[in-house]
Amino acid sequence: MARYLRPTTLDEALALRAQAGGVPLTPLAGGTDVYPVRTHRSAWFQPFDRDMLDLGAVPELSGVRHDAAGTRIGAGTTWSAIAEAALPPAFDALKQASRQVGGVQIQNRGTIGGNLCNASPAADGVPPLLALDAQVELASLRGRRRLPLADFVLGNRRTALAPDEILVAIHVPAQPESARSIFLKLGARAYLVISIASVAAVVATDDTGKVTDACIAVGACSAAPRRLPTLEAKLVGRPAGDLAALVQPEDLAALSPIDDVRASAAYRRDAALVLVRRALAQLADKPMEVAA
Amino acid sequence: MNIHDRSALTASADGTDGITFRLNGADVALDDASDSRLSEVLRTSLGATGTKVGCDAGDCGACTVLIDEAQACACLVPVGQIAGRDVLTVEGLAQTAIGAALQQAFQAHGAAQCGICTPSMLMAAYDLLRRNPQPGERETLDALGGVLCRCTGYLKIVEAVRDAHRFFDEPAEPQRALSPLVGGECASIGSRLARLDGAPKVAGSERYGADSAPDDALWLRAIRCPHPRARFTLGDLEAFVAARPGLVRVFTAQDVPGENSFGIYPHLKDQPVFSIAETRYRGECVLAVVGEKEAVERLSIDDMPIAWEPLPAMVGSAAALAEGAFTLHDFVPDNVLTRGRVERGDVEAGFAQAAHVAHGAFETGFVEHAYIEPEAGYAKRIGDTIEIFACTQAPYMDRDEVARVLGLPLESVRILPSPCGGGFGGKLDVSLQPMLAVAAWVLDRPVRCIFSRIESMISSTKRHPSSIQAKAACDAAGRLVAYAMAGDFDTGAYASWGPTVAGRVPVHATGPYKVPHVRNLSRAIYTNGPPSGAFRGFGVPQAALAQESLFDDLAAAAGLDRLEFRLINAIRAGDTTPSGQRLEASAGLAECLEALKPHWQRLLADAAAFNALEGRTRRGVGIGCMWYGIGNTGMSNPSTMRVTLSRDGRLTFWNGAVDIGQGSTTVLTQIAADALGLPVDRFDFVLGDTALTFDAGKTSASRQTFVSGRAAEAAAAALRAEILRLTNAGPSARLALEGTSVTVAENGVVAHIDLAALPAQADGTVLEGIGSFDPPTVPLDAMGQGVPYATYGFAAQIASLDVDLDLGTIRLNRIVAAHDVGRAINPMLVEGQIHGGIAQGIGLALMEEYLPGRTENLHDYLIPTVGDVPPIDIILVEDPEPLGPSGAKGIGEPALVPTAPAILGAIRHATGVTPRQVPVLPHRLWELLRAKEGRS
Repeated sequence: MARYLRPTTLDEALALRAQAGGVPLTPLAGGTDVYPVRTHRSAWFQPFDRDMLDLGAVPELSGVRHDAAGTRIGAGTTWSAIAEAALPPAFDALKQASRQVGGVQIQNRGTIGGNLCNASPAADGVPPLLALDAQVELASLRGRRRLPLADFVLGNRRTALAPDEILVAIHVPAQPESARSIFLKLGARAYLVISIASVAAVVATDDTGKVTDACIAVGACSAAPRRLPTLEAKLVGRPAGDLAALVQPEDLAALSPIDDVRASAAYRRDAALVLVRRALAQLADKPMEVAA
Repeated sequence: MNIHDRSALTASADGTDGITFRLNGADVALDDASDSRLSEVLRTSLGATGTKVGCDAGDCGACTVLIDEAQACACLVPVGQIAGRDVLTVEGLAQTAIGAALQQAFQAHGAAQCGICTPSMLMAAYDLLRRNPQPGERETLDALGGVLCRCTGYLKIVEAVRDAHRFFDEPAEPQRALSPLVGGECASIGSRLARLDGAPKVAGSERYGADSAPDDALWLRAIRCPHPRARFTLGDLEAFVAARPGLVRVFTAQDVPGENSFGIYPHLKDQPVFSIAETRYRGECVLAVVGEKEAVERLSIDDMPIAWEPLPAMVGSAAALAEGAFTLHDFVPDNVLTRGRVERGDVEAGFAQAAHVAHGAFETGFVEHAYIEPEAGYAKRIGDTIEIFACTQAPYMDRDEVARVLGLPLESVRILPSPCGGGFGGKLDVSLQPMLAVAAWVLDRPVRCIFSRIESMISSTKRHPSSIQAKAACDAAGRLVAYAMAGDFDTGAYASWGPTVAGRVPVHATGPYKVPHVRNLSRAIYTNGPPSGAFRGFGVPQAALAQESLFDDLAAAAGLDRLEFRLINAIRAGDTTPSGQRLEASAGLAECLEALKPHWQRLLADAAAFNALEGRTRRGVGIGCMWYGIGNTGMSNPSTMRVTLSRDGRLTFWNGAVDIGQGSTTVLTQIAADALGLPVDRFDFVLGDTALTFDAGKTSASRQTFVSGRAAEAAAAALRAEILRLTNAGPSARLALEGTSVTVAENGVVAHIDLAALPAQADGTVLEGIGSFDPPTVPLDAMGQGVPYATYGFAAQIASLDVDLDLGTIRLNRIVAAHDVGRAINPMLVEGQIHGGIAQGIGLALMEEYLPGRTENLHDYLIPTVGDVPPIDIILVEDPEPLGPSGAKGIGEPALVPTAPAILGAIRHATGVTPRQVPVLPHRLWELLRAKEGRS
């Protein structure tokens, strides 16, 4: 029978992770990705008998802390906790994403850390955090390290997490006071839907309304969600009200969408363009929640 | 954060943990493994089966419970995480003020149909109301967004949740006793009576197929082919079983005592219980393993002595019809299972005289029923008989199939239908019944089985994909003159209901219109797809998409408003159908269209005003009409009902019709109550037990209200006649039942019958009425001429929607539905059927596409959520059907048929592009829009 390990301290968790000795331990937080995999395998008589490392009782993994230096989001923080956290407008995109992952049942259980480690190309947590220049904090008995999120989520179901590591927290550097953000998700139904494409944008302006920082990330249009640095560079210095009109198809050339049951690649590429323009237009109008 | 008080080491010793938590306010202790799903532990270890399992993946929300007052899917929660927590399930709701109010509101609003999602809807709603007792609409949708319902279309659920506050301080309101008046004046018929079987659904105490089985039942799981077509060889199964403690036996084709096959038609028993040497679709059952639960669940496919050799497969009708295609079943060398035809007039001459002609080719895909209850049940051998408790829409057909598979006489098989958690046609075919019967029979031990969501989806029948070529023509004034269509329906690997679809389509394909020259042809084609069977409408929704779309073309060509065009051509009483049937009465399409007119004008004006803004969002309005023959096509489909009084004063309704959520138990009782003259709340029930009830026929073809309703009316009337005869009373006498005394009062004269003093049958019955009805039909001849149905339902629906021209996405604003139901026996339940049918029509039009190997779960296969169904206005037209009980006809399938055509018409009105393939996924519409706008 598979083991179920529920450490109550991070040190204990790291020791267990390190001791696994070749037998893969499956980290478990909200269970919203682990159990569906188990269900799928079991339908085809592929037993899921991996040892589970339940991280739900490790205090260091929980909670949101925000101060002048930046923001720390424990990897075990649920979507609902993020949606309810007191955070500045730069985090609106992340909060909007939090309310669009699955239903409330999933939002109450699923964690931001799990979303990053699961590394779905359509993970709704990734674009907002990419746009916030987030870093991940990884711990092991060997010590701690930080990686930019883009260097952590490497591809479809692929991350830089070492077998003995645990994702502890997400760190977001202090954002300009003027920064506002938006997340737009495109799916084929109203709730419980995987993104066909998603866009997160964080834009900061100076006193004259000119853009000082623009961070734009697109999800579900490449093996891992990614930023659009050439577009971002083009937007800096421009009046916020002009941004949408500046976005051209070639600005999204870095994307590499695929055909699947949800949409065609060509559609995804065009939809991403539309969503980026809309995100920027809506940010210029006023920060508001608009579903794509 | 709740910190677990156990160290990893104590938790890890053997995977169990002695977990304690609070369940509905009481402390409970578990010895389940920590990684066990909370849903499984609640249902199995704690017996709290009110929490349902629909997908085990967080996709349907059926297992929603509250953990520390926050809703969660219990299927995703390891019990290792709930130590010390508070868990609230549906079983604990009634003891809370909010929960009790919600349960009452659900009953009062008809928010529960099949009831399988009801516990989870209640839990999600409780979570919401605890924070805000009077929530707004958006807030309500957000809170319920994680729970799927396939029956109700969600609107009555949302109504009930938002209205629950009115029930906070009220004591439970007993079901209002509706007493009929003297002189044939109906009291129960026409009333918005709450479901008579609703209380256990809202309490969570309804026992579905997965919720009960004998304690000593073994577990069965089927091994299914992962390839669309494969040859396979089996190794040493005995050694395989012997090496695995807890495993009892493996069953293969050789173990079937009778015939190793089943199928709907007597001459088409083409689907094997266990396949022999070669499989024909992904999901086909090859063998079944039976044993203790853990032993069966722990099996690995890698260890099984089975070797697959994948073979080339035919995907889609075109592949099966192509030159050189291989033969799937030897008895049909060309893969054409069956053909249907309706021909009348001279269609070439009709087209020749036409002023306007429209034609087009249309495509639809597989659609999954997606009932939230996966198939489940058990079989038990009792001496030389076998009993099966499982979900079904057709207990007598199940009995016949099982008897044949076991080689037993019919009377040796007893089917006890479990409460059915949704069917929509998908539970008309047997699923697990034959396997369970074989295993329980051979082992002489009870055997149970619960399909997983994936197993349900890969193995069960689907709506037929269609490829339809159609041509329609009218004269200069817009009068239809000719219609011709040829449709190929992909019937998949096995016949199932393929012949029914091929037969029904040509009769209906011209729509509810007068057309003098018609040639409608259909074929059902064998392929290596999943078996296509019965799904709400039997091919008519597919045919209606083509036909209604072409009629929009004709209306435009003739310069007529789309509604006016339909009104000009609407078939009416006295007209003759393409099958040569003169409609004698109850053809209310014109009334439906007249009733829609003001809505149509208003919505068109609204769209015009909106579109004047010239934004990138365009508003469109569309209309779809339909007719639907009630009951089987040109063949007998009788129903027999029985109503009795027993010597101890019990009034019993012996009703063999299966209520799959649509409400037949309530509706038939309303009919019986008024015919007898006693209130509905006096009835006891014996429901759908093949050993105790007469055959009511299957719950399909929208027939139970019409056919079984007439039988119920006749049975109750016969019992009333017997009572009147005994007391020498006239027809206007008023009855009452008190204890064992029946009181018969007429014109101040009161007579009594003492039931206890009458001679009794073995079951205690002293008075009985038995009634039957078989709708009069005439079989179709070679040209499709005859009287296929005794009556038809009619409807017209309008859809208003907005199209995002840049993204190709669609937002529905409103649906207005006018339905001629003859007579609404229970308007609330009729509305529920219309809502639910429309929701499925939305799914067909916009999002549902079953792709074997790709959309085999509720994560990738999308059905409408609570946020996808717009407000629906319902207009009930009652053009009474003389043959129907109090004039009633059917509504189940008619509700779905017009929705997708109305949506497609609205998309075209909004954008100018005409989708001819459903679902209109965003990328498909975007491609059409891009082509129109000439963008690269």
